[in-house]
Parts: sequence; structure tokens; C-alpha cells
Amino acid sequence: MAVTRIFIPRDVAALAVGADDVARAVTAQAATLGAEVALVRTGSRGMFWLEPMVEVETAQGRIAYGPVEPSDVPGLFAAGWLEGASHRLRVGRPEDHPFLAAQTRLTFARCGIVDPLSVADYKAGGGYRGLVKAIELGGAATVEAVTKSGLRGRGGAGFPTGIKWKTVRDAAADQKYIICNADEGDSGTFADRMILEGDPFCLIEGMTIAGLAVGATKGFIYSRSEYPHANATMAAALQVARAEGLLGRGILGSDVEFHLELRVGAGAYVCGEETALLESLEGKRGMVRAKPPLPALKGLFGRPTVVNNLLSLATIPVIMDQGAQFYADFGMGRSRGTMPIQLAGNILHGGLFETAFGLTLGEIVMEIGGGTASRRPVRAVQAGGPLGAYLPPSQFDTLYDYEAFAARDALIGHGGLVVFDDTVDMAHMARFAMEFCAEESCGKCTPCRIGSTRGAEVVDRILAGKDVAANITLLEDLCNTMKFGSLCALGGFTPYPVLSAIKHFPEDFHGRRLPVAAE
Amino acid sequence: MTLATTTTGWTREKAAEVIAEHRNLDGPALPILHALQETFGHVPDDAVPLLAEALNLSRADVHGIISFYHDFRHAPAGRHVVKVCRAEACQSMGGHALAEGLLHRLGLQWGGTTGDGQVTIEPVYCLGLCATAPAALVDGRPVGRLNREKLDAVVNEVRNDWSHTGRVGA
Ligand SMILES: Cc1cc2nc3c(=O)[nH]c(=O)nc-3n(C[C@H](O)[C@H](O)[C@H](O)COP(=O)(O)O)c2cc1C
Ligand code: SF4
Ligand code: FES
Repeated sequence: MAVTRIFIPRDVAALAVGADDVARAVTAQAATLGAEVALVRTGSRGMFWLEPMVEVETAQGRIAYGPVEPSDVPGLFAAGWLEGASHRLRVGRPEDHPFLAAQTRLTFARCGIVDPLSVADYKAGGGYRGLVKAIELGGAATVEAVTKSGLRGRGGAGFPTGIKWKTVRDAAADQKYIICNADEGDSGTFADRMILEGDPFCLIEGMTIAGLAVGATKGFIYSRSEYPHANATMAAALQVARAEGLLGRGILGSDVEFHLELRVGAGAYVCGEETALLESLEGKRGMVRAKPPLPALKGLFGRPTVVNNLLSLATIPVIMDQGAQFYADFGMGRSRGTMPIQLAGNILHGGLFETAFGLTLGEIVMEIGGGTASRRPVRAVQAGGPLGAYLPPSQFDTLYDYEAFAARDALIGHGGLVVFDDTVDMAHMARFAMEFCAEESCGKCTPCRIGSTRGAEVVDRILAGKDVAANITLLEDLCNTMKFGSLCALGGFTPYPVLSAIKHFPEDFHGRRLPVAAE
Repeated sequence: MTLATTTTGWTREKAAEVIAEHRNLDGPALPILHALQETFGHVPDDAVPLLAEALNLSRADVHGIISFYHDFRHAPAGRHVVKVCRAEACQSMGGHALAEGLLHRLGLQWGGTTGDGQVTIEPVYCLGLCATAPAALVDGRPVGRLNREKLDAVVNEVRNDWSHTGRVGA
């Protein structure tokens, strides 16, 4: 019989739940049975509750089984999984699974399917068609296409990518840079990481197109030290790309020149802020710079620089390949295209869900995510990372769209949703927001540096039941000072989780009593 | 990428070699600091003057850079490093109580090292394992869907491992 290909993720979240042990068990059992199998290590499809999810290539297509434990492996062979036979763990064709079938995967089209380090796989999945188009069109028309697609920065602020690129393109300079912001420090987010691990050439192609578009020959990927596995895969992909002539001079036989380096941060959340990132890349403390000047005009080493989130850049190839209009036709209002939503925390179906903007928050959390993993009622959802608001179920009618969220004093941010059940203590979460801000503040402005520490102390007094009403007023004052007196969104947005917690979950703040009050 | 274990004892020559390897990069400070920490397990204070010279900065500037970033240690950690996630998604799955319990059982504060020098427990804010929370990195090896038994088991495993190299980041 021919060799059967078996696909096992090596995405770090799959590794965290035993994918390597499963791979070893598969190899060992195949050897015992004399079955001819070839393992392919992929990224993840993003259905993490099914990880480790193993796919077997059969006559009916790829058939998935999960979550697989090493001890399940002999039984899977015995049941005939090499022919896609039924088994308690059989998921079926991943594409037919409701979680995947309901998605529109544009940015994540290949993630979890291909061997991340195979250029042949990448090209077979449509890779490098976007760059070929961009070369045909030239820089100006490429910028125009990105503008028309309606793509907005996926890193949080939602700034139109085409406009940013045009500013850099129109700036005159001896050297320009493309920077991929892969500092993904928000809790509840892992989409950047999944691309680094599952489809790194997509990012390389997107950055190359950006370079061509604005006239930059050099790029940096700024990733984080908390992602050692992602960084290892990305570093390997860069070597492959250089060896195959996909980076350097004369890319795809054209006159496009683009050089790309991976840099790793050192555990400072604020370095995800674009100007702090630039300082860090230059080798300094990651202190936020005042704007203007915009990085687009005076960025890395004072040169015009595109700083884009990883997802923004990884979406460029499909936009160039399929056309601006194709992309813009997804979504609603001014939120065009698709958003890779990340479902995390206490949620039954945690994972990556890429979809056009415009579902309601409730649909995403309850129907797609299946509610909590603990099977208790959902009490709060934090959207957009540690600087994002907590939303109660009464706001589940909010549409997933930049403006609709803003209208509710909330953010989409990088697309993470963290679900909490009814055991959460929201005063504790408010305290944590302040503590996190204090821990990660770059120290440049007083409201953020000092205010956050004071904020944590005030919440402590509330937690202890001391002068609760007065201290809540004080906390709200402090939040306003931080909101309006901070230079960047670290200090400026920490009030969102704090104030939303007070507003929507007042009972967690007001009901506090001193444990010894009766004495 | 920081490694969990001390791999080489300090020598000026080795440090100079590490610095020379990266100093031609654009903005070489962070790559050099990472490389020093990988080599020596921490960034020794003795490296500061060498760095200052290589980067054409004052010693105070170099100290300012090193101290800004959470990753860089100026003293060695334990033989094994367990980074436990403290961020929101892990908290939603009971990560807070899990971490506090571990620290309590080991008699440590965040950043502390067990008396036998074997294990350092460090806080980390999100490992991107938020859909398989709560999570930790144990000498660079990811572990998810943690509960008390699983966490104690991985910590005990490395605690009983006296080899100098340990497992390192991928
Ligand atoms: C404290 C702070 C942290 C941030 N972290 C990130 C991050 O991890 N990744 C990211 O892409 N943008 C982050 N941003 C937003 C960036 O400053 C910037 O807006 C973004 O990288 C621009 O790319 P985009 O236009 O493609 O979104 C952060 C902003 C702040 C204030
Ligand atoms: S708000 Fe905080 S992190 Fe941002 S510049 Fe001010 S001190 Fe730095
Ligand atoms: S919040 Fe713990 S891994 Fe993301």
C-alpha cells in the first residue's frame, strides 16, 4: 500500500496539550504494524478544544480525529483510521465541521493545512500570486488596491492601511522600512502567533508586497520572547525564503529587492505600541515617542516606516490575488473584509474564527463559542485585550464592527474575546487592569506611571470595604485623569476595563464588607 | 529568547565574542543582550562596560536598557525556569488560584527560586495559549489545560532534574 500522510500540528498550543507525544505514538504504532505513514507537521486549524487534532489523508479527503491522546493511537489504527474509519474521536472532514464551515478564511486560508516551511505547499495554496499581481501593477496601483479593499489595521486602532502606505510611498528618503508588529501581547489573542507558526510565507509575501508598494527594501518582524516556538518557525522560514530567492534581490525574476530580519523583544508589553517598538528596535528603552512626527514620515532610524500589525500584512497577498473589491465585499459599514476573531478563556469552543464583520457578540460567544467551558453562565466578556472593556451578556446584541463597539465604549482591538463565567470577581479584574498597567508602563507620563499604582491601591480599599462610595468616585476620577492625560493607549485605555467593570458589575464593588466589620 | 539554564561561566573573551557576532546589525542592543543571556543564563554586570563600549553608549544608558526589559536577569535564575501565565484568559480558567497555590506550596514569591536552586517561578503575561488555558512554559516547553495535579507534576519533574542543560526553548 502507498504511504499515508498524517498531519499533526506543531502549533505551540497543540504542543501544550501533547501533540508531540501523539506524533511519537503514531510513529511507534505505525512501525509496530508495519504501516507506511509519513508525518507532516502543520500549524493549527484553530479548533483548540479538539487539539491535538490529527488528520489522515484518505480517499475521502483529509479526515480528522481529536482530541487524540497517545493512549488512543493503537485503537485508532485498529479501527482503520488510515482509511478514515469511524471512531469515537472522528471529527470528519475539518471543512465540514460547523466551526470551520461557518468561517470565511482569507487570511487563514492555508493555516493548519500546509507544511509551514514548504514553499511548494505555499504556492499550491495560492501563494505568491499576490506578489506577481503587485509586480504587474507597480507600487502606486498596489497602494491604490489596498486602499480600495478597505483594509484597516488589525493591530487595534483600525487605521486604514492604504492611507498609511501612501504616506510612506510619497515620502522621499534614501531608505524606507516595513515593520511587522508581531508583539501580540494582549491576553486572548494568538492569531499572529498562528500565522508565524502555520503560514509564515504569507507574512513574508505580504511584507514584500508592502516593500514594493512604498519603495522599501528592508523589513523587520518584531516578535516577542514569549513566543519561542513561533520565532523558531519564522526564522526557519526566512532561511528557506532566502535560499529560494524569495527574499533578497531579483525576487521572482523581477527587479524587486527586499531583505527581512526577525527581531525578538524582551518581555515589555508597551513595545507593541508602534513608537516604543521603534525605540526598542533601535536598541533603546521602549519609551513611547510623542506623535507627530508620524512613523510613516520619521520612523525607524528617522526614516519613513510602515508599521503594520502582522494580520494586516498577512492579508495583503489575498487582497492582491483576489482583488480589492472581492475583499471589500465582505463586512459591514466601514469595517470591510474579514476579521480573525480569537475565542479564548472560559469558552467551550476556543479557537480562531475568521469571519466577515457584522455578527453579534452574542452569536460569536454563545453560538460559535458554545458558551463557557465550565458550563456555568457567562458573566463577562473582555474584548480587545487588557486595555479593552468588559461586556455583560445584556450587551450581546452589539455588532462586531469597529464603530458599533466604539459606540458602546468598547474596542475590537486585535480581535481577542476572553470569556468569564459567573465565578469571576470583577473588582479583582479591575484591580488586575491597574496592576498590569503599573507593571508595564513605560514611565513617561505621570497619570499612567503613578495613577495605575494608585488605582490598584484604591481598588484594594474597595475590596476591603473601606469608604466604598468615596473610593469608587476617586477611582473614576483617576480613570478620567489617565484617559485624558496619557500619551499613549496603555495609560489612556486602562480605564476601559476598570470603568466598564464598575458600570456593568456594580454589585462586585458595592457589596464589599470588612471581614471583621462586626467586631 | 531566554533559556532556562546557565550554559557557560563568565569570561570576558566569550562575552566579547558574543558581542562581536551581533554588533553589525542595525540596532544591535537587544540581539546582543539576548545572546549574552543565552550564553551565560543572565546578563552579568561585568558585561555592561563591554556593551557600553561596543554600542558607544554610557554605562548608565546600558544599565537603563537592561533594566527596562522584564526578560533580562542580572543574576542567574534557578536551574529550571517555570513561567506561569497571569493574564486574563488564564485567570478565567482559574489560573490565579492555581499560581498562588503553587507559590504557596513552594514557599516562594513571584520571581523566587526554591532553596535547592532548582526552580524559579516567573510571571508571564500571555503565552498565546489562551484557548488552552491555564498555561505555562517550563524550560521553554509549553503546557496547557493546567490543573493543580498537572502543574505540580511538571514542576516536580524539573525539580528532580539536576542536569545542567535542562530543556531549552525551541
Ligand atoms: C500599549 C499598546 C500596545 C500595543 N500592542 C500592539 C501589538 O501587540 N500589536 C500590534 O499590531 N499593535 C499594537 N498596538 C498598536 C500599534 O501601536 C499600532 O497601532 C499598530 O501596530 C499599527 O498597525 P496596524 O495599522 O496594521 O493596526 C499597541 C498599542 C498600544 C498603545
Ligand atoms: S501612557 Fe504609560 S506607557 Fe504610554 S507613554 Fe505614558 S507612561 Fe508610557
Ligand atoms: S492569557 Fe495565559 S496564555 Fe494567553
